[in-house]
Amino acid sequence: MALLEIKGLTQRFGGLQAVSDFNVCIEEGSLVGLIGPNGAGKTTIFNLTSGFYQPSEGTISLGGKNTAGKKPHQVTAMGVARTFQNIRLWHDMSVLDNIRIAQHYRLGYSLWDCFARTKTYDKAERKIESIARDLLEAMDLSGYADELPNNLPYGLQRRVEIARAMSIQPKLLLLDEPAAGLNSSDVEGLIKLVQWIHREFDITIWMIEHQMKVVMTLCSEIKVIDFGATIAEGGPEEIQANPKVIKAYLGDENI
Amino acid sequence: MQKYTLNALLAIGAISLVTMAHFDAMDLYVQSVIMLMGINIILATSLNLVNGYMGEFSCGHAGFMCVGAYVSSVLSVLFFAKDKIFGVALFDPCYGLWFFPLIILLGGVAAALTGLIVALPSFKTRGDYLAIITLAVNYMVISAIENISVIGGPRGFSGMKRVINSMSDVIELPWMMIWVVLGTIFSVWILRRFVASTYGKGIVAISQDEVAAEIMSVNTNKMKLIAFMLSSGVAGIAGGLFAHAYGYINPQSFNILRSTEVMVMVYLGGMGSMSGAVLAAVLFTLLVEALRFVIPELDGLMHSIGMLPDSYEISQVWKWVIIPLILILLMQFRPEGILGNKELGDVFPRLKKFYKFK
Repeated sequence: MALLEIKGLTQRFGGLQAVSDFNVCIEEGSLVGLIGPNGAGKTTIFNLTSGFYQPSEGTISLGGKNTAGKKPHQVTAMGVARTFQNIRLWHDMSVLDNIRIAQHYRLGYSLWDCFARTKTYDKAERKIESIARDLLEAMDLSGYADELPNNLPYGLQRRVEIARAMSIQPKLLLLDEPAAGLNSSDVEGLIKLVQWIHREFDITIWMIEHQMKVVMTLCSEIKVIDFGATIAEGGPEEIQANPKVIKAYLGDENI
Repeated sequence: MQKYTLNALLAIGAISLVTMAHFDAMDLYVQSVIMLMGINIILATSLNLVNGYMGEFSCGHAGFMCVGAYVSSVLSVLFFAKDKIFGVALFDPCYGLWFFPLIILLGGVAAALTGLIVALPSFKTRGDYLAIITLAVNYMVISAIENISVIGGPRGFSGMKRVINSMSDVIELPWMMIWVVLGTIFSVWILRRFVASTYGKGIVAISQDEVAAEIMSVNTNKMKLIAFMLSSGVAGIAGGLFAHAYGYINPQSFNILRSTEVMVMVYLGGMGSMSGAVLAAVLFTLLVEALRFVIPELDGLMHSIGMLPDSYEISQVWKWVIIPLILILLMQFRPEGILGNKELGDVFPRLKKFYKFK
């Protein structure tokens, strides 16, 4: 069954058509890539999917439910987590707090419980803490629980950001250029991490990535867009051989 | 054991303050300074919720204090005291004692509702623009009250002392001291519990990256609403206590100057630090009171060494030169305030062995 189904998605910013008639159908459990040259509209598509923008036209449905009119935090609560192209952790909070707060939608206690410190509060906070600790343990980050993200190397910050997204316990994980700014050994680590998450948590991953090595190793299916329109789709080999893709990235050969 | 040390310490402190006030071990001046200290603690910690933890810039905090002060004063005078305008008390004044906390809380609720005027625009605006809105709210409140002649308009409102006196007729205790101490503990306690929970930390996430907070499932609009209403509601409690402690209020005692005073306390203590705000409120109150004595001394000294002409006298107005100057020096040399965004326990880890918050 399709987990995410986007039909006829169009987004205009004033006169600019950032995304035009974009369609995609992502099956549950797949690992799909979205590539395209700079300014092609990839991040806009992610922003639309996570509810940050409301689409000008078209529908986005998640597990059969339309996300139109939903606020980003409501879309997230439906099971869509994402990371950002430039790391957006909360920098003055410990790694553990970062992961705790991302569970905000299912805290399970009210403001009153918070003031009165009821049993519900204690139970919920303990549960949040244990989920966070388990996740840090699983993602090899337990040594950094009390560190501030700013004091960590870039590669680890990426890992923390992915961990934070995972703490939402999403059905669909959107990774926006996870390999950007990483050195080659970090990239190896990232590939392993994404493969491991995909297997271990049994989730669907949709990623934007520029580094061909990452996309080609990870994704079973890739969609290429340019100027907001889809220009190619298929498996990694097909994409690499597609003349339209080469043209979009490298330009026309007879200029 | 650790769980109770802080509570025990607070209880001992509160009881000793009340006993000292009861047996006249403190004169009325010292008592009023201590009460002002408590009120300032409430104001500083509540403003810290918005300015420190949530990273917005509210500069109209005294406006909410004003709403709380007027609402609770009018209610308590209407219900429990004979007044020129409101006539005889609606209830027997001896009940005033039991319903006083409720009246103060009602003042807080009214202030929290006024906080909506800031909270609702904060969904769309932030930063400087929201700061201007808070300033506008401060003025709106003051001029609204100045134009309601039933409650005295610009001349102010009084009669609260009668309510407090009728409490002492029932049981002879320094009631105002008790209420201020209880109010301070209550306010700091709920604010502290809020910001220490994962729920409340959502507002810290908003201050550090609002987009990330929204995407990571924090309902930012709801959190802003809670933060503004909680902050202004607690300021309303401070206002109610202030009104009853002094027995007289007028709109101009809640103008921008008082908002500034509260802001100075927050920045002095450190943004996003509860203990910092408490510490700063205590220090600031002591400083302001000390200046009351230091300024005449300074004046005498300057005249005796002939640095000032006889015709000029350093007056108390110089307070408003010295306090901003302290703020300027603070921003120069320690912009993060006394404690920064850390709590006392983080700065002195050894303290943590002795107490535990819940």
